[in-house]
Amino acid sequence: MSDLRDLYQEVILDHTKRPRNFGPLGSATHRATGRNPLCGDQLVLMLDIHGDVVRDAHFAGKGCAISTASASLLTEAVKGKTTAEAHALFELFHDAVTAPTDAALDLDKLGKLAALAGVREFPMRVKCASLAWHTLEAALAGASQPVSTE
Amino acid sequence: MTSPAEYVAPRARFDAEAIAREFPILARKVHGKPLVYLDSAASSQKPAAVIDAISSYYRSSHANVHRGVHTLSEEATALYEAARESVRGFLNAASVREIVFVRGTTEAINLVAQAYARPRLGPGDEVLISELEHHSNLVPWQMVCGQTGATLVVAPIDARGDIVVEEYARRLTPRTRVVALAHVSNALGTVNPIVELTELAKRRGAVVVVDGAQGVPHMPVDVRALGADFYAFSGHKMYAPTGIGALWGRLELLDAMEPWQGGGSMIKSVTFAKTEYARAPERFEAGTPDIAGAIGLRAAIDWLRALDLDAVHQHESDLVTYASALLTEIPSVRLIGTARERAGLVSFVVGDVHAHDVGTILDGEGVAVRAGHHCAQPVMEHFDVPATARASFAVHNTRADVDRLAAGVRRVLEIFG
Repeated sequence: MSDLRDLYQEVILDHTKRPRNFGPLGSATHRATGRNPLCGDQLVLMLDIHGDVVRDAHFAGKGCAISTASASLLTEAVKGKTTAEAHALFELFHDAVTAPTDAALDLDKLGKLAALAGVREFPMRVKCASLAWHTLEAALAGASQPVSTE
Repeated sequence: MTSPAEYVAPRARFDAEAIAREFPILARKVHGKPLVYLDSAASSQKPAAVIDAISSYYRSSHANVHRGVHTLSEEATALYEAARESVRGFLNAASVREIVFVRGTTEAINLVAQAYARPRLGPGDEVLISELEHHSNLVPWQMVCGQTGATLVVAPIDARGDIVVEEYARRLTPRTRVVALAHVSNALGTVNPIVELTELAKRRGAVVVVDGAQGVPHMPVDVRALGADFYAFSGHKMYAPTGIGALWGRLELLDAMEPWQGGGSMIKSVTFAKTEYARAPERFEAGTPDIAGAIGLRAAIDWLRALDLDAVHQHESDLVTYASALLTEIPSVRLIGTARERAGLVSFVVGDVHAHDVGTILDGEGVAVRAGHHCAQPVMEHFDVPATARASFAVHNTRADVDRLAAGVRRVLEIFG
């Protein structure tokens, strides 16, 4: 196994301790709830979508370091993106955290999200990292049912 | 006058290091570090004696039981029934007919819920459980209440994780038909006063079902002394393989119960018009059983009894006390569950750090613990935590293992400090 530091990197610890865009979003037009029944993690993702641009993104909830950091990084990453670009980012992120551990990753394309790529070494924790992203997909689709990573 | 001389053999020191060497898996490393296994409450590891018994059975004696007249079938049947006798002795049951082999505690409780309770419950009747039950001693009762119109009643626990006996007693009514209680809590380690709780239930005429999954690995169990009506346990939490467990039930109750699954082995005679069922315990063992599992269970029972369960209890209690003291010294660590009497485990949280992060970091240090809600979500709710980390102890654990645990927890604080 790679060193634990690959999972708990500075970027992740920073976003866990000081989550960005945390709390309610008054201008939200889309929202979805994500749940991981296995660990009790639950988060609400709120998006302010105007035309096809994500103008703002916030999240609220409680989870482990990985799921909190992932949600925080997500809100930063999707801001200003079109909904199509946000969806593409979901695909990119999902592929990265589920890729075989020996597969090369395009870290440049992932940008800051690359900090979460180490999670693929920890199969039991992939769900923690992807919870916010599945919730994003649900919010973009305007789904009203909570999504679950189970 | 002095009392007559009596020779008492000196008890050998409980040598956990030597016992650990009997577990082949404990020789392996995890992430480059010697494995410290503190997750026996989820599933214990297996000593060579158990692995060898299963292997030897498959290598030399396997055939189906209660069917053939050939030598192998006779041998397999004799071994399988010897395992039943072993369980009888282990629990001090009155008769082998009271021992039903099942897949594990969950199946045993479902059997009692469906075959005993379901035909006897109706609207207005009550099933009493406690707040600290594992989901396997909660959901089957919820299901049977849904099926019959009976009501599920819950006796609360206090801030330490003890059942509040007065509240429990108040919830026993003339309509209480079944009381289902854990012997030992898997999430908190609480040892429930089963004798006292059973006596109270009996005064109301209720039938008492005990979930013994976390009881049998840690202390001697005498079902006749406990006074309950059913006692369920799993093999895999007490050094036996997965897939085997046993239900003990009072013979008069088992004999009065209808089967819950139909098939081979559980019949006396079958025609298209009518089937006559076999008597207990075969009545409840439809289909080919887990023969190798039963043989492994017998090997585990023999092995565990040779260690002396009183000595096991004493050794593991020392580890619980030592771990509690060591963890409490670490700033921001909070113990979840500080009941009057605890067995086998400590449950804790580390500041605001999620239990899964604690579990991952400890794993990186070679220390295996359980992190999560331990299939006891109402318990987590009671203590207002989403999850806890749980270190559970077995006969092979030592104080040095607990030292490694404490060092790992300090590492968590370094990373999240």
